[in-house]
Amino acid sequence: MDMASSTLATAEVSSAKIVVRDLTVRYGSTLALDRVALDVGDRQVTALIGPSGCGKSTFLRCLNRMNDHIRNIRIEGSVSLDGVSIYDAAVDPVELRRRVGMVFQKSNPFPKSIFDNVAFGPRVHGLRDRVELREIVERSLRQAALWDEVKDRLDRSALDLSGGQQQRLCIARALAVEPDVLLMDEPASALDPIATAKIEELIHELKTQYTIVIVTHNMQQAARVSDTTAYFYLGRLVEVGPTEQIFTNPSRPETEDYVTGRFG
Amino acid sequence: MRLHTDRTYELQLEKLRSSVLEMGGLVEDQIAQAMRALTMRDRDLAQATIARDHMVNRLDVEIDDLALKLLALHQPAARDLRLITTALKVTTDLERIGDLAEHIAERAQELAVELPIKPTIDLPRMADLARGMLHRSLDAFVREDEKLALAVCSADDTIDQLHEQLFCDLISFMADDPRTVSRAMRLLFVSKYLERVGDHATNIAEMVIFMVKGRSIRHLDRPPRDL
Repeated sequence: MDMASSTLATAEVSSAKIVVRDLTVRYGSTLALDRVALDVGDRQVTALIGPSGCGKSTFLRCLNRMNDHIRNIRIEGSVSLDGVSIYDAAVDPVELRRRVGMVFQKSNPFPKSIFDNVAFGPRVHGLRDRVELREIVERSLRQAALWDEVKDRLDRSALDLSGGQQQRLCIARALAVEPDVLLMDEPASALDPIATAKIEELIHELKTQYTIVIVTHNMQQAARVSDTTAYFYLGRLVEVGPTEQIFTNPSRPETEDYVTGRFG
Repeated sequence: MRLHTDRTYELQLEKLRSSVLEMGGLVEDQIAQAMRALTMRDRDLAQATIARDHMVNRLDVEIDDLALKLLALHQPAARDLRLITTALKVTTDLERIGDLAEHIAERAQELAVELPIKPTIDLPRMADLARGMLHRSLDAFVREDEKLALAVCSADDTIDQLHEQLFCDLISFMADDPRTVSRAMRLLFVSKYLERVGDHATNIAEMVIFMVKGRSIRHLDRPPRDL
């Protein structure tokens, strides 16, 4: 299709961490994604924007096979991470999700202590050494810019933290298993502006080490945090390009209408 | 072009566009009146033109305020963002043209009390060209017509040549009869003002091209042949 090939040209990045080709997803007879092709740049922030139901969350969830257990779903096409197809039978989804972590819209800390939340992943993967666990917990909390706020109360319940702190705890929990990629599904939509700014600041810092894909309804957030922006509509990738270009001079009129607020 | 989901925003952008046009029309008229005062040796008309400059200044401030408000409250993107930044820059050029019209009117007042030295035939022609450029650059702005804007950029050479020629004429005039120096100098100033009007009209046209195409053609030695 012309649209896919022309938008792909602008998406060519020097080193793609994730390469998606011809990705088509159906829920029963409903077409959720239609032959999407996208390269996700290594250690870059890629923002997925588009109105509700456009397929951006479905796309995000295909990147670590979170959709596998949905009934009636059919996934076609290819998604590869560092050149390896993630839908290959040989790929262990648990290991895949360690490498491709996820942070959700609503923070979902376990009803456990702050320490146990962050140590959860490493323990699942078999780590028992107390000293090593402490190191991982501290490093992850520091990376998530939460350490200074919680270092004196690691044994307190995670549920006592504020909403913004809980979200950063979930980021720390995702980082504890040393992923390569972080998927974020509206990570700041339930947070106040200051907590949001902290998450955005954190994204800037994390991208030096991690590849980040973020779904957001807040277009200004996409403009602020991402290097590349992809606009989805009705299951299709309409346009992808450098974020600055998408917000100052997009190529496609549909993208122009969406980013300028001419919609419906 | 679809309308904005937010109608207030849509209306304010429309208001911005029409204010720029209003300011442009006013400035165009100021040049015409100042030139009329010069050729008719009409001091009252010159005075009235000078007095009207405050209206240009008022629109300049109003448009700046509206543009700032739009930027602060609506986080504009893409073509809306380019429209607003273009409006901010275009008004600076229009305000300068307004000042130049005022200067022409001042020279007209000074020359009206002295004997005429030379038929000022080339100056009205320059003024027509400069006003034509301004008019077309504003047309290009309202119609979002980048081709028309590009034609304006290319027209600037003619005005520059006329100014150059007038400069030579007036120099030889002064050399022949030194008593004409102060009057000839004033005419030379007017020629320079009109040449500057052409430059400002070119700036506006260049901004229109940026607004429509998202591409800057400013500070090139020559305007590109096409876009």
